[in-house]
Amino acid sequence: MTGQRLRRFALQAVLAAGLALLLWQLVAITAANMHERGIHSGFGFLREPAGFAIGESLLPFDSADSTWWALMAGLANTLRVALPAIFVSTVLGTLLGLGRLSPNLLLSGLCKAYVEALRNVPLLLQLLAWYFVVSDLLPVANAALEVAPHLFLSKSGLSLPWFGGQAGAWFDLPLQGEMAVTGGAALTPEYLALLLGLSLYSAAYVAETVRAGIQSVPRGQSEAALALGLSRVQGFRLVLWPQALRSIIPPLTNQHLSLTKNASLAVAIGYPDLVSIANTTLNQTGRAAECITLIMAVYLIISLLAAWASAWLERRTGRWTRHS
Amino acid sequence: MDKMQPLRVGRMRSLRAAVLLSALLLPFGLAHAGKTLEQIRQRSQLVCGVSTGVIGFSSADSQGKWSGLDVDICRAIAAALFNDPNKVKYVPLNAQQRFTALQSGEVDILSRNTSWTLTRDASLGLHFTAVTYYDGQGFLVPKKLKLTSAKQLKDAEICVQSGTTTEKNLNDYFKAQGVRIKPVVFEKFESSIKAFFSGRCQAYTTDASALAFIRSKEAPKPDDYQVLPELISKEPLGPMVRRGDDEWFAIVKWVIFALIEAEEYGITRGNIETMKSSANPAIARLLGGAEDSGKPLGLDREWAARAVRAVGNYGEIFQRNVGGDSPLKLARGLNALWNKGGLMYAPPVR
Repeated sequence: MTGQRLRRFALQAVLAAGLALLLWQLVAITAANMHERGIHSGFGFLREPAGFAIGESLLPFDSADSTWWALMAGLANTLRVALPAIFVSTVLGTLLGLGRLSPNLLLSGLCKAYVEALRNVPLLLQLLAWYFVVSDLLPVANAALEVAPHLFLSKSGLSLPWFGGQAGAWFDLPLQGEMAVTGGAALTPEYLALLLGLSLYSAAYVAETVRAGIQSVPRGQSEAALALGLSRVQGFRLVLWPQALRSIIPPLTNQHLSLTKNASLAVAIGYPDLVSIANTTLNQTGRAAECITLIMAVYLIISLLAAWASAWLERRTGRWTRHS
Repeated sequence: MDKMQPLRVGRMRSLRAAVLLSALLLPFGLAHAGKTLEQIRQRSQLVCGVSTGVIGFSSADSQGKWSGLDVDICRAIAAALFNDPNKVKYVPLNAQQRFTALQSGEVDILSRNTSWTLTRDASLGLHFTAVTYYDGQGFLVPKKLKLTSAKQLKDAEICVQSGTTTEKNLNDYFKAQGVRIKPVVFEKFESSIKAFFSGRCQAYTTDASALAFIRSKEAPKPDDYQVLPELISKEPLGPMVRRGDDEWFAIVKWVIFALIEAEEYGITRGNIETMKSSANPAIARLLGGAEDSGKPLGLDREWAARAVRAVGNYGEIFQRNVGGDSPLKLARGLNALWNKGGLMYAPPVR
């Protein structure tokens, strides 16, 4: 190692050590102060029974299960809405982005109007609007609308047949109960409003990302494709799109991440996502520092995983169009 | 905020970096190193943590003026300390923020319809002082459903606001009944009642004191809704203070007791001046006309008289904020004095 490299390495090491020390101090002082004030701390509460019910859960959950499992059910609920929303927003956004570049003025105008309208209204307002429109329009749960046999639509959401149910049966069929529709699987209005709101909002950003990505490819490229005798579609598919993808993917990952984080607005419309359940836990146990740390850690892990996936995808797409 | 001390920096005193580091970490040091009462006197203002808006308990009007039963407790304490019930700064806190705000010293007292439970009393570094309102959790349902008991809420979806003891009570009650229900949990009060009145849920649950108000003020047609007879939990509400400051703890507790005792002796805002020269030694003691009851608390002899003069006795506070003179029109019920069939009982001021 040369002297300069050694010096640079030492500087980095000192900085890293300083940062670690600072973090350690932060944790130690917080813990000491909490102890001083008689505030119990630690993550032991995660093993205690949760003691509250969760309205809808992808994972089987009972209030006697541990708090840890309740938080996992919350995380599963977050992913249950985020992943389909990512898919829908990507497909819809791509179509909208292509539409904006269409030579058809009506089509591109409509796409532009969509993007501007959805992008400029706060997501929280959109979610509340979807939620209250949906729940105001539908009939009450004890007089559900049977849109098709065993397919009920009401303020309790969309009830549909699902696998399992009573012993020996293949399907669990929803039935009109005295209070509400029972049995089957239900997509609640909270879930539907959140899925719809997140997808439509995020699609507007995806559309802009796709449009910018395509426009970032120099005009000469499409002219060259035409000169080679490729059709417009072939030119787009073989020349423009692969190059555009390179500049689309990184901002697209950001968009998907912010969609996942925006899913935490679920608390406003009653969907039991991770944050909603962590909030309830925080209130039952009073462990504010621990619950907030857990939420932050989970979102950090999700984001890091997504960043790695995106980097991998970038390398893959980069293979086709490597710069000199 | 002058006596902050960073902890545990001794070990690295030799390092020059420690100087910089402790400067960086100052904001994390203890915020309430001094005595609470001293700090309150120094800034001549009580900092009172209240709700973000619960009518009858703590809510601000269009001019930003706070009122309610919980607010009056803070006003009474301010009057006992400064002879001015307006020397209070109100900090609206949501259910998630409330304990942290008190723990960190942001507020001196948390007077925010908070239920006294073991976990909260024993693991948060906080103390409950005294009960100012005995509440219980109930259900509001549409009359259309023709329900007579909460036990009939089988498979029902029940709207509830998060951040309270409500969710746990709901689970405990229906689990004991062997009845399955589905909670729909909202973060904001407004969203939760909007969802209920739009028909999303078959029942709404919260403390009974709030149900009466929700039915009369928020329902599109109050007559279409009814409150079910069951109260499924005990919710003793009262102010909290930080642990480790026994003098302040005693002051808050005894101001509340004095308000209750004032009602017991029939001392009101109106007759307090004549009551001062009462022949009853207990009344004279409470109002500072006999031996000095303020001294053991570190206050002067007029402390209780000032509190009652500012906000009235407990009965007057109740009547004005949640009772007959308020939109809530709640009956005294459990909150009547012990000698009138209720639970309000204060240890004697003597």
